[in-house]
Amino acid sequence: MSIRLENVSYKYDENTKEKSYALKNIKLEIKKGEFVGIVGHTGSGKSTLIQHLNGLLKPSGGKVFYNERDIFETGFPLRELRGKVGVCFQYPEYQLFEVTVLDDVCFGPMNFGKTRQEAEEISRRALLDVGIEESIFHKSPFELSGGQRRRAAIAGILAMEPEYFVLDEPTAGLDPAGRDQILNLLKELHEKKGIAIILVSHSMEDVAACADRVVVMSHGKILYDGDKREVFSHEKELKEVGLSVPFYRSLAGDLRERGFMIREDVLTLEETKDAIMDILRKKRNNA
Amino acid sequence: MLRDITIGQYYRADSLLHRLDPRVKLFGTLVYVITLFLHKSPVNYVMSLIFLITVIAISKVPVSYIIKGLRAIAVILIFSVLINMLFIEEGKVVIDIGWIQITDEGLETAFYLGTRLIMLVLGTSLLTFTTTPNQLTDGLEKSLGFLNKIKVPVHVMAMIMSIALRFIPVLTEELDKIMKAQTARGIDFESGGLLKRVRSMVPIVVPLFIAAVRRANDLAMAMESRCYHGGEGRTKLRPLVYGKRDLAAYAVLIIFTIWMIYLSFYSPWR
Repeated sequence: MSIRLENVSYKYDENTKEKSYALKNIKLEIKKGEFVGIVGHTGSGKSTLIQHLNGLLKPSGGKVFYNERDIFETGFPLRELRGKVGVCFQYPEYQLFEVTVLDDVCFGPMNFGKTRQEAEEISRRALLDVGIEESIFHKSPFELSGGQRRRAAIAGILAMEPEYFVLDEPTAGLDPAGRDQILNLLKELHEKKGIAIILVSHSMEDVAACADRVVVMSHGKILYDGDKREVFSHEKELKEVGLSVPFYRSLAGDLRERGFMIREDVLTLEETKDAIMDILRKKRNNA
Repeated sequence: MLRDITIGQYYRADSLLHRLDPRVKLFGTLVYVITLFLHKSPVNYVMSLIFLITVIAISKVPVSYIIKGLRAIAVILIFSVLINMLFIEEGKVVIDIGWIQITDEGLETAFYLGTRLIMLVLGTSLLTFTTTPNQLTDGLEKSLGFLNKIKVPVHVMAMIMSIALRFIPVLTEELDKIMKAQTARGIDFESGGLLKRVRSMVPIVVPLFIAAVRRANDLAMAMESRCYHGGEGRTKLRPLVYGKRDLAAYAVLIIFTIWMIYLSFYSPWR
């Protein structure tokens, strides 16, 4: 059970030659239940890549397989695939259109053949999952705050009950509280429901905090793909392509430079705190 | 797919046509359109065509790029050509398939109408290809300035026009995004009757309208915060001044017009 890209290339313009490749020879397999972070600077091909996962873009070269079936072979139910691989684009709040929040969330499941009643039931659950209260269900989406609208839009994809949930910069433009809420939601969906999450982000911290596996993209190619600690150990190489490592990792590096020998592969605040406390404790015991 | 809309866009290049004063280009476009509709004889068409080809060659805009603009009018073009072909009854019948009769005059009119439309679109799109929206506004404002005397808000109209042009690519991009987002949510454009298909446009059209209003709002705010207060008392950083090449272009255009009028009304081959 996986989505597999095999040597996928994508050209913006079929006619022009070399330069306009958005993706070059991408090999990537995402298995069911994984939590993958995709990072890369602007224009590295992240957004183009995710549009291949549910067949919105057709690769100029190479193939996309869903459960080992080529999704562009004739007769493949592409629309069904889009229900299985839910893609939530950047600024999803701008695609809300219905009269009430609940109606809008129902749009997805009803497109995939659910009755109004079933759809409403799933949608209510999805809305509660993303932290939107009952009292807002029947308000117009345009009365909500920015963060609420973002979460309602995410619920719209979640209500399709996807196996793979792809999110493009879901935390862009949100305040820290809104960001944490969304990241926690993703962790929960991954842990409790076993949904595979593919999180596209600029923020190394977000990815380091949530994902298990990290894919680094640069100029339409995959630079690194592996366990997050392994990937973030390439600090120098990442900096060369205009990326950074998570803040806490570089903090650990700075501390080591000054003689405080904390372990190097910390990624989050929690880990860093524990590592520092460990060393301090050891020092006290030795003294 | 939607990226292909090129009509009304600016194409960055460095050519004589790009450097001309926008007023000259406006005048040129006007003259070209008028002479196009004076046409009575094939000679005129050939002359117009030569003029068009020359100007396109000078403009350095790739021909394929200009031709793409025709796609936008393809429906109107085919429709009007067909109507003329099928419903003109004068003249000799050339093709007769049951209830459809096509006459030689119908064919001729359809042919001329088609070429006229194509040449019209190609010629006028050159104006926007070679002139930035800003230049276009300046040019319009200055050449129509006399209308201010009879209380026509020339500046406002010119500004509206240039903003509209500027926003075509922005909104097509927005449309593209919205369509993708709703496709990802399983929207179905293909199946169902007419009513259902029209209904399936709602999830596209509503967000697009909202986006347009939001953009307009933001733009108004941005303009105001940079102290835009309409045309009154506004001075230009680069006032339009005619140079030698502009005057030369005027001369060419006037000679072209007179020649075309001569060809249509007095020439022996009309």
